[in-house]
Amino acid sequence: MDLGWWGVPVAVLGGAIRVSTPFLFVSLGECLTEKSGRINLGLEGILVMGAMSGYGVSYLTGSPWLGVLVAGIAGLSLGLLHGLICSLPRVNDIAVGIGLMLLGTGLAFFLGKPFVQPKAPTLPAIHLGDWASSPQVQSALQINVLFIIGAALALALSWAFRNTRWGLVVRMVGDSSDAARAMGYNVNQVRVLATAAGGFLAGVGGSFLSLYYPGSWNEGLSSGQGLMAVALVIFARWQPLYCFYAALLFGGAGALGPALQSVGITSGYYLFNATPYLLTLAIMIATCSPSRNLAGAPGELSVTR
Amino acid sequence: MPADGAMTLPAGSAVAPAFTGHRLRRAAEAFVIPFGALVVAMILFGIFMALIGKNPLDVYTLIYKGGFSSGFAWQNTLQRAAPVILTALCVALPAQAGLIIIGGEGALVLGGLAAAVVGHAAAGASPLVAQVAMALIAMIVGGTWIAFAGALRHYRGVNETISSLLLTYIAIALFNHLVEGPLRDPGSLNKPSTQPIGDALMVGHIPGMDVHWGLVYGLVFCAACYVLVRYTVLGFALRIVGGNVRAARLAGLRVGGLVLVSCFLGGSAAGLAGMVEVAAVHGNANASLIAGYGYAGILVSFIARHNPLAVIPVAILVGGIGASNGLLQRRLDLPDATVLVLQGIAFMVILAAETLYGRFRIFQPREQQK
Repeated sequence: MDLGWWGVPVAVLGGAIRVSTPFLFVSLGECLTEKSGRINLGLEGILVMGAMSGYGVSYLTGSPWLGVLVAGIAGLSLGLLHGLICSLPRVNDIAVGIGLMLLGTGLAFFLGKPFVQPKAPTLPAIHLGDWASSPQVQSALQINVLFIIGAALALALSWAFRNTRWGLVVRMVGDSSDAARAMGYNVNQVRVLATAAGGFLAGVGGSFLSLYYPGSWNEGLSSGQGLMAVALVIFARWQPLYCFYAALLFGGAGALGPALQSVGITSGYYLFNATPYLLTLAIMIATCSPSRNLAGAPGELSVTR
Repeated sequence: MPADGAMTLPAGSAVAPAFTGHRLRRAAEAFVIPFGALVVAMILFGIFMALIGKNPLDVYTLIYKGGFSSGFAWQNTLQRAAPVILTALCVALPAQAGLIIIGGEGALVLGGLAAAVVGHAAAGASPLVAQVAMALIAMIVGGTWIAFAGALRHYRGVNETISSLLLTYIAIALFNHLVEGPLRDPGSLNKPSTQPIGDALMVGHIPGMDVHWGLVYGLVFCAACYVLVRYTVLGFALRIVGGNVRAARLAGLRVGGLVLVSCFLGGSAAGLAGMVEVAAVHGNANASLIAGYGYAGILVSFIARHNPLAVIPVAILVGGIGASNGLLQRRLDLPDATVLVLQGIAFMVILAAETLYGRFRIFQPREQQK
């Protein structure tokens, strides 16, 4: 059965589920980092590094899940690096993030050179659409386990920020380092841990790119998803659940270009592919304000001051 | 009181030498710390090379050979440094007003495209007029593009680092769309390009060297920016905004206008870099314009601590490392991302070294050594 023009919304919906997973993981990681009062712009570099290391390990060991784990660990170490350097006095976290973007992509391209050609085993999908007769619907409802884990993680983080001691400590450090210090917490230590954990999630998000969709490793794999996820966190008002919805929205925007191409509209190909960037920018223009702090913004965050 | 001899001198006689001494020490600090950081970065990169089984000394010898050993290598280096000098200003100028702009690549690409269109339209005009027109349009387009990020920051509170990079992605999409669509030269088959501007309008080479005049544009732009930032009221006002926005407002400065001016000037430098690449190297606008010069400029400006004059030697250094890339690939079988790794390590070490300023007593004015 051919869906014709209906294929566009179906593909966008499927794309929203498929493309949103890296956005989801990176934005949850960034959300955690920013809640502690630091911003890590280097998640773009961590994403690419995670994609490369995940693919490489999956190719060498034959186990994609091991690849996901190693991608997380690679992200964790880069996050740790960012956290430690930013703990030095008078070091600007935004600038270090830019440096990490460069270092992460550089290292990934360097070490990933041998993995551009070979085909690594990729992550399996769960077929939820087998009841449908249309192949488009079937492929739109192929859901990766990581997506489900990410959704569960959004719920868990949202709960943890409210209801656990850890969540409260992270939020306190992010809102007022003075208060945290007065309570006897080591501000830098909390922030380093939060940045490292955020790096882990971003690395896992990267492994999704290379191990599931698009499902190969090359140097053009990520084009700003990591950075868009940072903007997405601002849009989501630092709430993990909103991050989930925002990731779906961004995923859908990212799927628009290929979806239109599949029904034969090719003229504005590059412009359609720029939709996510335009959407990000439009959302930031609409939600930011020069005069007041954003609702829900951590008080210590430099990006909103 | 300290055991410091200088303190016992009569105050009057010590004023002038203490003041020059103070400046000397500050200058020495601004030189020694980044230089030391670069050395540390080279050691770290050397360890990395050793870990993957290459001799670090071989690597550095080849970088020297490829970038700085001969006249030919120097010309190659300067050719690469020319656009980077200009894109670094795109970071350095807004940084005076406290903004971190990383969208130079977008301004370069669109500036180059605009220059190519104007250059083609101006076929038959006198080269000088056409080149000035190309440079002006490129600067206006690039400047407006970055000023947009500055305006978003000032009027909407949108973080300029994120918005300028998003604008770069949008600029590249726009560039690709136009070059492969409406502005495509039907004759360019394998590599979509705009119509050529023609040999008559090309920017030539500096006499006696195989380096185009774009390098001189960059040097002049840097010197002008240095004077602007250091010796004019406008530059002083910019630095106040960068130091403390509230103080600037209290002093009655028009912060918005200053932010826009610094962004426009920075963007126009990057746009000019695009014009230079089109009018002196490629002859038309095509995908080769998206070569990462904008990103290299970010690194250069941060190493130079956003000082428009220091940008020049740093850009030459980075250009030289870039020029040696081919040699590294051929001789040592290293991937082309080797230079990116070195740049990334250098960037991180330089930023970490930011914490050292003011830590060494030898660089402090004597009065503060108590």
